[in-house]
Amino acid sequence: MKSDNLIEVDHVTFGYDTSRTILKDVSLNFGRGKVTSILGGSGCGKTTLLRLIGGSNAATGGQVRFDGEVVDPRDRDRMFRMRRRMGMLFQFGALFTDLSVFDNVAFPLREHSDLPEAMIRDIVLMKLNAVGLRGAAQLRISEVSGGMARRIALARAIALDPELIMYDEPFAGLDLISMGVAANLIRTLNDVTGATSLVVSHDVPECMAISDYVILMAPGGRIVAQGVPSDLMNSTDAEVRQFVRGEPDGPVKFHYPAPSLAEDFDVKEPAA
Amino acid sequence: MNPLALIGARTLNVLRSFGHAAYFFADLIRAIPAAMRRFGLVVVQIHAIGNLSLLIILASGMAVGFVLALQMYYALVTYGATESLGLIVNLSLVRELGPVVAALLFAGRAGTSLTAEIGLMKAGEQIAAMEMMAIDTKSRVLAPRFVGGMVSMPLLAILFSAVGILGAYVVAVLLLGVDSGNFWSIMQSRVDVWRDVGNGVVKSFVFGVICTAVALYQGYETEATPEGVAYATTRTVVISSLSVLAMDFVLTALMFSTG
Amino acid sequence: MTKKGIETLVGLFVLLGMAGLVFLSLKAANLASFGTRDSYNVIARFDNIGGLKARSPVRSAGVTVGRVTSITLDPKTFQGLVQMELDKSVQFPKDSSAKILTSGLLGDQYVGIEPGAEEKNLGAGDTIKQTQSAVVLENLIGQFLFSKAADGASGNSSPGAAQAGQPAAPGAKK
Repeated sequence: MKSDNLIEVDHVTFGYDTSRTILKDVSLNFGRGKVTSILGGSGCGKTTLLRLIGGSNAATGGQVRFDGEVVDPRDRDRMFRMRRRMGMLFQFGALFTDLSVFDNVAFPLREHSDLPEAMIRDIVLMKLNAVGLRGAAQLRISEVSGGMARRIALARAIALDPELIMYDEPFAGLDLISMGVAANLIRTLNDVTGATSLVVSHDVPECMAISDYVILMAPGGRIVAQGVPSDLMNSTDAEVRQFVRGEPDGPVKFHYPAPSLAEDFDVKEPAA
Repeated sequence: MNPLALIGARTLNVLRSFGHAAYFFADLIRAIPAAMRRFGLVVVQIHAIGNLSLLIILASGMAVGFVLALQMYYALVTYGATESLGLIVNLSLVRELGPVVAALLFAGRAGTSLTAEIGLMKAGEQIAAMEMMAIDTKSRVLAPRFVGGMVSMPLLAILFSAVGILGAYVVAVLLLGVDSGNFWSIMQSRVDVWRDVGNGVVKSFVFGVICTAVALYQGYETEATPEGVAYATTRTVVISSLSVLAMDFVLTALMFSTG
Repeated sequence: MTKKGIETLVGLFVLLGMAGLVFLSLKAANLASFGTRDSYNVIARFDNIGGLKARSPVRSAGVTVGRVTSITLDPKTFQGLVQMELDKSVQFPKDSSAKILTSGLLGDQYVGIEPGAEEKNLGAGDTIKQTQSAVVLENLIGQFLFSKAADGASGNSSPGAAQAGQPAAPGAKK
């Protein structure tokens, strides 16, 4: 019996070391076939969540489940099976710099299948075509721009037609045109292939435009709000408003905690 | 923290890193069969590690041969024993200088290149990307390089010694007038294939294992920043060199003690 | 760099390394002398083998004709039992003698075979009956001192001193 949720994060706690807990008792669900965005400022744990789902790190408390199976990095065989069904787009592409564009996209195919080179060629060109870069197949990685690199990485991530595609900051550092292209691709791919997409970003407009569901996180792994995009855009909660409108000061303070002005600049407090 | 606690903490850290390194080494060894199955990858690495080090190895070997011949000549001429020049040069090279100097050069050229390559792959998230693609990076990326280093190092040491002897021949016979026949015959009668050449090859194999493993470890465990990678390459050279010299002492004592 | 190109270069590299190894083994070491030539085994017992080692050469008239294969203590006679491999193309008479000699003044020790006069030759497994042990420096000095003391006592040089004063003829090392 397939549940509606492809991924279930169940009371998960995690910290990279004992001094910092990044996620504390976080519970979330990600619906099958939907584009879900995780929004939040830097340091709120959204990339960490991706790493837990992908099995790069193990949760210290609670469980992460992928299609009903527990994600356990210590069980290498199970992880390999699960990861075959996932594709991840890293923040700056993480392309293999010693291979050509073609070889990069062909890499997962060559490693995980025994398909003949002719078939691999066709599949690679089709994937590149889907991201609009079929003509760039013979370029070297050093010759492509940042936006192109992201798209090539996307083509590589979908080479094996994964059920889950994860995007780590896909819009960071892109110009408006590339951002629009990327957003379009994410949405179209999700709909056409029936995959589930998970976008981690702090780019509000793009995410709101393409997502079926949005989750807003704050430092400490606290979930501030979740819902369909319109819910968050029209929210009356101060924290949500500050984030989606990009206001400089609000519940998230502008000033980093500091001693009072009087102490630092050695001035007397003006008489009240 | 009082000094004793500090020393204790440091010692524990060192022990922990030794343990971590030992696990890494065990993983490398375990991944060798997988690498051998994809021999094409190993061949590419032998090229990157071995072929590309040839220039410095051959050039250094020849230079060392020249200098050895010169220096030994001046030492032997006072005893009228210059005929043994070939023998002395040979033994110095084949037993010691070949394996050790080649290993030090290897650590400097190939070792740093490996560390930087792996470190940059880690910094650019390429390692993470591969792991996410359900590919075991230890088998796919590290093990072929490890095997490549194990194969290349002995070959490089042999070539170093061979070129050194030829270089010494040029200086000794052609420049200094040592008798050519004696140069070779005395060498041939006193250098033992198994004891001298063979032990030298065993030494260079051990050094190859050490240098390659250290280089891969430093690259793999480096902090994923530019400074981290730079620091890791220096550490590779230092740790490899010290380990080679220490192992050389141990191996020499084991192999060449009288008997 | 194409895949074929890389493979070719690696092949060359490995070949070069092998060639280097062959060079080192043959031209620069002693593999060439005594590898696969046909040989036969011969035994000799010595009171003292001195610094003789396994793989030490066996020479006659200065020419290497074989190699020592093993040295053990004979449990019955308490002599050093030396097994040697001799080149099949060289035959020695049955009454040949074996001496342990030193090459040069301070060099390695080897077994020197002096041919005898019998018609029959040594065969595989035969024992060389006449042997002379290695010179032990302490014994030499002891002999010399003893004869010198005897000289002093009797006032004239004795033939013993002259003989003891001569070290065993070192094999000519050319």
